[in-house]
Amino acid sequence: MATYVAHEESDFAPPAEVGEPELYHPKTFIGKYIWSQDAKVIAIQYAVTAIAIGLVALVFSWLMRLQLGFPGRVGFITPSTYLQLVSMHGMIMVIYLLTALFLGGFGNYLIPLMVGARDMVFPYVNMLSYWLYLLAVLLLVASFFVPGGASGAGWTLYPPQAILDGTPGAHLGIILLLVSLAVFVIGFTMGGLNYVVTVLQARTRGMTMMRLPLTVWGIFMATILALLAFPALFVSAIMMALDLTLGTSFFMPALVSKGQQVSHSGGNPLLFQHLFWFFGHPEVYIVALPAFGIVSDLISTHARKNIFGYRMMVWAILIIGGLSFVVWAHHMFVSGMNPYFGFFFATTTLIIAVPTAIKVYNWVLTLWRGNIHLTVPMLFAIGFIFTFVNGGLTGLFLGNVVVDMPLSDTMFVVAHFHMVMGIAPVLVVFGAIYHWYPKVTGRMLDDTLGKIHFWITFVGTYAIFYPMHYLGFMGVPRRYYAITGTNFIPDSAHSLNAAISIAAFVVGAAQMVFFYNLAASYFRGKAAGGNPWNATTLEWQTPETPPRHGNFGKELPVVYRWAYDYGVPGLKTDFIPQNVPPAEVPAEAWVKAAQPAGA
Amino acid sequence: MTIGLVFLSLLMAVIVWWLFRQTIDVQPWQAQVVGPALSGDAPTPPAAKMALWVFLAVATSLFVLFVSAYAMRLGLADWSPLPRPRLLMLNTALLVGASLAMQWTVHAARRADRDSVRQGLIASGLLTLGFLAGQLFVWRQLNDAGYFVASSAAASFFYLLTAVHGLHVLGGMVAWVRASTRAWRGSDPASIRLGMELCATYWHYLLAVWLGLYAVLVSNGLGLAICSSTPL
Repeated sequence: MATYVAHEESDFAPPAEVGEPELYHPKTFIGKYIWSQDAKVIAIQYAVTAIAIGLVALVFSWLMRLQLGFPGRVGFITPSTYLQLVSMHGMIMVIYLLTALFLGGFGNYLIPLMVGARDMVFPYVNMLSYWLYLLAVLLLVASFFVPGGASGAGWTLYPPQAILDGTPGAHLGIILLLVSLAVFVIGFTMGGLNYVVTVLQARTRGMTMMRLPLTVWGIFMATILALLAFPALFVSAIMMALDLTLGTSFFMPALVSKGQQVSHSGGNPLLFQHLFWFFGHPEVYIVALPAFGIVSDLISTHARKNIFGYRMMVWAILIIGGLSFVVWAHHMFVSGMNPYFGFFFATTTLIIAVPTAIKVYNWVLTLWRGNIHLTVPMLFAIGFIFTFVNGGLTGLFLGNVVVDMPLSDTMFVVAHFHMVMGIAPVLVVFGAIYHWYPKVTGRMLDDTLGKIHFWITFVGTYAIFYPMHYLGFMGVPRRYYAITGTNFIPDSAHSLNAAISIAAFVVGAAQMVFFYNLAASYFRGKAAGGNPWNATTLEWQTPETPPRHGNFGKELPVVYRWAYDYGVPGLKTDFIPQNVPPAEVPAEAWVKAAQPAGA
Repeated sequence: MTIGLVFLSLLMAVIVWWLFRQTIDVQPWQAQVVGPALSGDAPTPPAAKMALWVFLAVATSLFVLFVSAYAMRLGLADWSPLPRPRLLMLNTALLVGASLAMQWTVHAARRADRDSVRQGLIASGLLTLGFLAGQLFVWRQLNDAGYFVASSAAASFFYLLTAVHGLHVLGGMVAWVRASTRAWRGSDPASIRLGMELCATYWHYLLAVWLGLYAVLVSNGLGLAICSSTPL
């Protein structure tokens, strides 16, 4: 049908010649699906493991809410159990679910496909990375079952209480947890080297850094942050393990515990807090940056409009990443630090709001006058913007020293970080799964079930976390097993807690709709075809869906344009894939006056 | 943590400079055939080299954090330094020797001189093992003199810093074994050369880290340090 205008040979780049890829081609079922070196299979392994352990943490949150909403009605939750549930819920969700899912799951699946590579550059190391991650998860699970149970020190594991008698799991539980964290860091470093080097070295012809989809940018920068920040977690885990096993005094001061003088002396618990938060704050952005990247692509694709301010988005990711290393002590305002330090860290914290706000404005401006398709991924993306703005604004409260002092360690903090780094990234995870599931399986997820899932999750999480801000203002502390015998907390706080718990049960149960959808659509879903969303990025241009080991056909695609040629002005079709040369866009596809010279 | 911040600022400066080069004068929305600096056209260094450099950044972050922790702990009142093991000088010399031997081997590998490569590998391997044995011997000496891991904060940091560095050296020996296997099996010269270059970079890095740690151990001229000037 299409007639092509005459074009010069120079309008085409030569095909990307890559040597016969040295891919390990598995012969057995086990080699293909268990000891796999294919980044896509590793991605699925990462995602399934992360979601499985995340479900455990979801159940833990149910049990916590059972206790908080209906104190005293559930016999099997003792104060110790409650502390263990709190600690493990936090630890699992932050590290073993979100970090592993965004970087190990989405990173592995999307980086090679989106940059036009056959696979990660070191497939064997990539495989090891997953198996170390699995080992870390198993060690964590094992810590639930040792005598004394899992650690109940809170996910921040502050010494001295984390390793003193009287804290649940202060002997075996925490040792297993610390070893598990160290293994996780080593495994992640292996994976992270792969992601960074693949982005730097394995891009196909024409894929300049400035043509990378923002998803890749987000995952790339988050990986760099993680590579530099996780050593701090490693250092603190090692030193705490030494304090516990060999009796060193890195973190442990001389103190009397349960009437007994401990054998440690001279250690500095604040040192741990510095090390922990030097990891802990970048960790927020390790989770948030991939979410930022993915949501940019979801919004652009489903609003059929190019992302607003692409270069600014890239720079904002970089600046957020850089600043995230100089704000850690805002978690320690109540630790008695020098007020000038507090001033410094409050200032840097508030400065982060600038690049973050730039990103939010750019998302909104991308939506503005876009051709918005309210698909399920788009709903989740818009839900993310709302939730992230909400959580970010309470961050401005907590970033100020004077406001933070009274609010520290209250439910307000719980509400803040769940909105900003719990719910917001999880909404992106869901949106991304609805978006890329057709590529992974070749079938669409059910739309109606998806919308039910979205609305219950979105409205439900607000029902959970909005009232928590109010509880925090009233002074309800976090991590408390039960609140009795206080005058300042009215009865209404208790009924509010019950309501929050009921909302939490409903939201948790709604996730089962999602899992049913994942399972049922795998067998009965509508066939998706190669590019159901009419998207431009390379993963949608693979010859097969789902892509085979090796991703692309004989030749790698050549990239001629950025990832955001949606609704190009003057063009009648509404998108051009990244690998379409300018000369191959037919002349009649252009509105006469808008046709660029040479096309 | 100041040391950590300085390290990170340097690293960020590199990243910003690099990104600036990528973005300046680039209009990503323009579809064009010959984009500026098409990747795949410019000769890129082997992925393994890039990976090594990224890994060195991660390892530096690890060492910087350990040293930061030491610097913060140092200020507290109960700090009591250890005597300085004399053997550390010898160990340092051994590690310098190993690093030089590696560099010599790289030159041999570039000439595709197989015998020299093997000799160089043996020399560097022995020197490195000598360094590790020397470090263990230092531990033994300190232990005999009554300085256990838990006996004072200075001792804890001494054992911790040397152990972390030693483990990295041990990890390097894995790469050394792989490089030696290639050299003895007679793989093609290019792969031997790459392996040797990677090993040499890593050895130089470990030497630099060791010199930094050594300065931390004996820097009592500047103030308190892990080791006093009393020899052991």
